[in-house]
Amino acid sequence: MEILISTAIGFLVACGIYLMLRARTMDVVIGLTMLSYAVNLFLFASGRLVSNAAALISPDAAAYADPLPQALVLTAIVIGFGMTAFLVVLAIRAFGDLGNDHVDGETGKK
Amino acid sequence: MNHWLIMPVLLPMVAAILMLLTARLGRAVERTVSLLAMLGLVLISVALLKSSLQGDYQVYAVGNWVAPFGIVLVLDRLSALLVLLTSVLALFSLLYACNGQDRDGRHFHVLFHMQLMGLNGAFLTGDLFNLFVFFEILLIASYGLLLHGGGPLRSRAGLHYVILNLAGSVLFLVAVGTIYGMLGTLNMADLAVKVGQAEPEQLRLIHVSALLLMVVFGLKAALLPLYFWLPSAYSAASAPVAALFAIMTKVGIYSIIRMFMLVFGIEAGVLSNLAQPWLLPLGLVTLSLGAFGVLASRCLRQQVAYLVVVSVGTLIAGVGLLTVESMAASLYYLLHSTLITGGLFLLADVIARQRGDVGSHLRVGPTVTQPLLLSTMFFIAALAVVGLPPLSGFIGKLLLLQAAIQAPSMAWFWSVILIASFFALIALSRTGSALFLKTDDEATTGIRAEPVSLIAVVALLLASPLLALYGDAVSDFTTATAEQLMQPMHYIEGVLGTQKASAVTGTEVGQ
Repeated sequence: MEILISTAIGFLVACGIYLMLRARTMDVVIGLTMLSYAVNLFLFASGRLVSNAAALISPDAAAYADPLPQALVLTAIVIGFGMTAFLVVLAIRAFGDLGNDHVDGETGKK
Repeated sequence: MNHWLIMPVLLPMVAAILMLLTARLGRAVERTVSLLAMLGLVLISVALLKSSLQGDYQVYAVGNWVAPFGIVLVLDRLSALLVLLTSVLALFSLLYACNGQDRDGRHFHVLFHMQLMGLNGAFLTGDLFNLFVFFEILLIASYGLLLHGGGPLRSRAGLHYVILNLAGSVLFLVAVGTIYGMLGTLNMADLAVKVGQAEPEQLRLIHVSALLLMVVFGLKAALLPLYFWLPSAYSAASAPVAALFAIMTKVGIYSIIRMFMLVFGIEAGVLSNLAQPWLLPLGLVTLSLGAFGVLASRCLRQQVAYLVVVSVGTLIAGVGLLTVESMAASLYYLLHSTLITGGLFLLADVIARQRGDVGSHLRVGPTVTQPLLLSTMFFIAALAVVGLPPLSGFIGKLLLLQAAIQAPSMAWFWSVILIASFFALIALSRTGSALFLKTDDEATTGIRAEPVSLIAVVALLLASPLLALYGDAVSDFTTATAEQLMQPMHYIEGVLGTQKASAVTGTEVGQ
């Protein structure tokens, strides 16, 4: 499970960074979204990966899952979602204002 | 439990919600609510500062969940000082905005108060993840404020600013996740205890996440190599927003001070004073590049933005010396530079409006309508920001230079600060002559400054003579603050209680 999670996080980060380095706003938006997915998985894993552990206190539970990372991930998802929505609107606005979707507002010499 | 501690967070939030609900009642109501809430915030901040004077730590457990399980707000001298600084700066920025610039776009006042909520929360919180949340609140409000008024320039600067800060937030979360995974807590006082007791095999990861946090805070503080977003963002923002943003870089500096004095401070065992090798050189290089930026600027707004970079470099270098004197001097300089750069952003706007299309660009343009008044104000502001006697900039720099006398890096510190001040002096003299002397005498725009804008500018610039006049009292307070910062034990005791704190020193370990 550790290998699977870490590969998934690494793959998402790699894709995210590649897309962020492209100079088009929508690519950057998707890249940032992937990065925030990766970091959400990472936060989730920071409470250690356990299966079949109880989340709530019960007398016959052998082990407990750490509830805090789940709360952190939930907060991070909400914030990341809001920020992405804002960025999408801003990217569309910048496209309208600047006439192209380059992050610098100009496509350079061509 | 002192419930006033949460008021700097609650009051702006309630005010913002109230303004949203009463948006239909017209904009006069919005302004009234906004200004009243702002005045209330200033009064609360003064009261909080007064209550912090005794030097004890006041802890507010949100929802009455005790630390380290719940989120706590902690008021010490540093937090109280920064909350007061924020509200004073914000009061006059808001007053300036009431000259009509708040009507360039929708919900200016709402966003402004949301930003204040984030700023105050970031200064008060005693929990690392909560710090992240307040960072996001202040950031998303600042995105809206930066774009206030619209236009292609703001869209472009805003896009860069938003993308960079989102990448910064991702790094923040990675650091927070690693720290939680290693130490199992996010309460700052508890972290300070646990870092000292960390297993040897955990140290490397904790070290990495601490430096990652420094990158994140460095991005907010506009520290080299992460300051390139600042000049374009600050010079594109509308004047009251840019003036308020003068405090934003200080949030980064505050977080660096808090994390690296408390959590990775002198009690942290192997990881203690982790930031020391980085802060001083990075601060000095930021300072020198900022000074070149000031020299090279072709526009007053951009020049002021580079002056913000210069002040950040000076502050970080001062903090990097890590002595009580240097910390006290840095805090004094922080007060001075925040208020004066805020005032300069507003002044630049007053000047730009009277120069018509030329704006604040350093080109031949129409004569300003009120030359005597504006040039006097510019002269005073320039004196203060360059650091010439008798104003507060001089005292701040003098204190910093004095603090560095004993330091091994004294030669570097003195020469960089003095040469940078000299560059700023040249650049601002040139700007002054370009704005007020090399003008087209025939043409004037006939636009006069609104009284409300002048009041705001004068009030912020007045901070400099006042800080100089009451320099003794202020520097006594900043010295007390620095002494408090140098004793992280007391913070831990204040938040977690005496028993837990004594475990750090190893005298008694009782679980």
